Amino acid sequence: MNASRLARDPRVRTLRAALLPVGWLTVFLLVPYVLLLVQSLWRVNEAQVIVREWTLANYVRLFGTPLYPQTLMFSAGIALRVTLLALLLAYPLAYLLAFKVRRYKNLLYMAVIIPLWVSYLVRAYGWKIILGQGGILNGLLVNLGIVDQPLAFLLYSKWAVIIALTHIYTPFTLMPIYAALESIPRSLKEASHDLYAGRMRTFLYVVLPLSLPGVLAGCTFAFVLSMGDFIAPQLLGGNDSALMVSNVVVSLFGVAYNWPLGAAVSVVMLTLVLLLLSLANRLERRFSYQGEEVRAPAPPLPRLAGEGRA
Amino acid sequence: MDDVSLAVAPAEFITILGASGSGKTTTLRLIAGFEQPTTGEVWMEGRPIQHLPPYRRELNTVFQNYALFPHMSVWDNVAYGLKMRRVPKPELVKRVGDALGLVHLDQLARRAPRQLSGGQQQRVALARALVNQPKLLLLDEPLGALDLKLRKEMQLELKQLQSHVGITFLYVTHDQEEALTMSDRIALMRAGRIEQVGTPQEIYDRPASRYVADFIGETNLLSGRLQDLTGQDATVDVEGHLLRAPAPPGLRIGQEVWLSVRPEVLSVLSDGQIPPGHNVIEATADEAIYAGSLIKLRLRLASGTPLVLHAAPTALTVTLGQAVRVGWPRERGVCLVA
Repeated sequence: MNASRLARDPRVRTLRAALLPVGWLTVFLLVPYVLLLVQSLWRVNEAQVIVREWTLANYVRLFGTPLYPQTLMFSAGIALRVTLLALLLAYPLAYLLAFKVRRYKNLLYMAVIIPLWVSYLVRAYGWKIILGQGGILNGLLVNLGIVDQPLAFLLYSKWAVIIALTHIYTPFTLMPIYAALESIPRSLKEASHDLYAGRMRTFLYVVLPLSLPGVLAGCTFAFVLSMGDFIAPQLLGGNDSALMVSNVVVSLFGVAYNWPLGAAVSVVMLTLVLLLLSLANRLERRFSYQGEEVRAPAPPLPRLAGEGRA
Repeated sequence: MDDVSLAVAPAEFITILGASGSGKTTTLRLIAGFEQPTTGEVWMEGRPIQHLPPYRRELNTVFQNYALFPHMSVWDNVAYGLKMRRVPKPELVKRVGDALGLVHLDQLARRAPRQLSGGQQQRVALARALVNQPKLLLLDEPLGALDLKLRKEMQLELKQLQSHVGITFLYVTHDQEEALTMSDRIALMRAGRIEQVGTPQEIYDRPASRYVADFIGETNLLSGRLQDLTGQDATVDVEGHLLRAPAPPGLRIGQEVWLSVRPEVLSVLSDGQIPPGHNVIEATADEAIYAGSLIKLRLRLASGTPLVLHAAPTALTVTLGQAVRVGWPRERGVCLVA
């Protein structure tokens, strides 16, 4: 086989086309993860120097100390609340955009997307201005005479973190839900009405199931992103931020200078997120009918005796 | 859309026929309740229903693109209407089975809609509507997406199915041949109005306007002036030929009219022969097109007006370029206003 024929071989062409993306993923995703895993199996000695000896000590310590499982649970709790709030905000808005609004549809959609162009830090700081002791919200409450003293618990608590993260990640939840709703043919809603289902049951049996892939994708975005977020907790979380797992990882890599332990926490987190993603994937399949296994393209025809042996 | 008045009899197969944009789908959507009339009423079995939402109307629709629920099996699609009406389970199972049997899909009940061919999806849509035993079934160009051969098969099947189940079918199509084959009656729509209602034969043989004559089948339209009128018998001057035909009421002598004659009504007359009660016109044979079961002969009047004649291949002996005399029985033509 000469060179030009080799170049025309479809397998060779597929391989060549795949080289760049696969290479990219290997260098910037796979290699760092492997390094992270390797790092998590090393340890630091008394002088805080990383010793390259294989050990499971980090994982033993991780699961042996209540602090780490606690931070994981605490973070998951916050991420869950952010996800629920984002879903509650995003679904009705997406529904409105997809089915009800006609004239200002694009304008409204842009209004949802535009915050994404504003720097993350600006949005997080924005909440500091709103929620702070001398902030806009407290000023309003005091001026209206609802409270005598500015409320201190608004800022520097997990509630501030939840509010800010919800604000930041709601567009990520909205977009896949909107896309799923938008792709539902209008005639399906009409067919459901035609078959005696009112608005509520049409939503329940037709619209909701068909939008579930979008809902799951949106929820996964919100959960995974807010679970891994460490900037909003650092800016707004006060003492509570010490309990967020991402901030623990940051301090382990920074102040504590215990990279192997930090890597171990990261690996556990990564595993949890991957588990979650596969769960979401499985759920999505549960909710749509996959059809029976079809081997032959044609429906089974009546067969004569002795026929049909392959 | 305005001035659409249409009464449908029980167990009738009635077709709304019209070009795209003539308002036939809108009419259907008004009846189904997906759209609201600004004025006017929709009645069913002696009661007005236009204020009812679609899910309270005792009718079902077969949608143009089938609109099957993609996340449900064929069986669940068909069972949907019965479930929504809370039909008890044993009855539901039996009726779904029967409906699937009716359209020969019992074997495919567990498939997802996207695993089916276009024709099979069409049947599911039909079963999903028929299972509810509606009083009226609306069909919006249900065969539009199928290829020609399958469409012909389904036309016959649909017609048989309709007479079997005895449900009123209100069928919308732009295909005049489909309308002629399947319908008990046809309502022809044009620009939001009903142009004519009648049996396929009435519409074909006695079109009420030039538009209807032109839309249904093939026809020769000859422009002329009304010369004389005795009762229902009109004499029309077409380029110097005096031709007679039955006329609609309300014509005035001297009026511009059209004479519509179907190509298969025309025949080439042999020399000297004039059958009694025939119109005769002189023309030149231009071209003969062989079309299997018949020959299409293109002719030209002295003024250049084209004329088409259909004849059995064996019955035709014409030399092209030759002047011939063409005749037809007077009562087979129609005199039409504009």
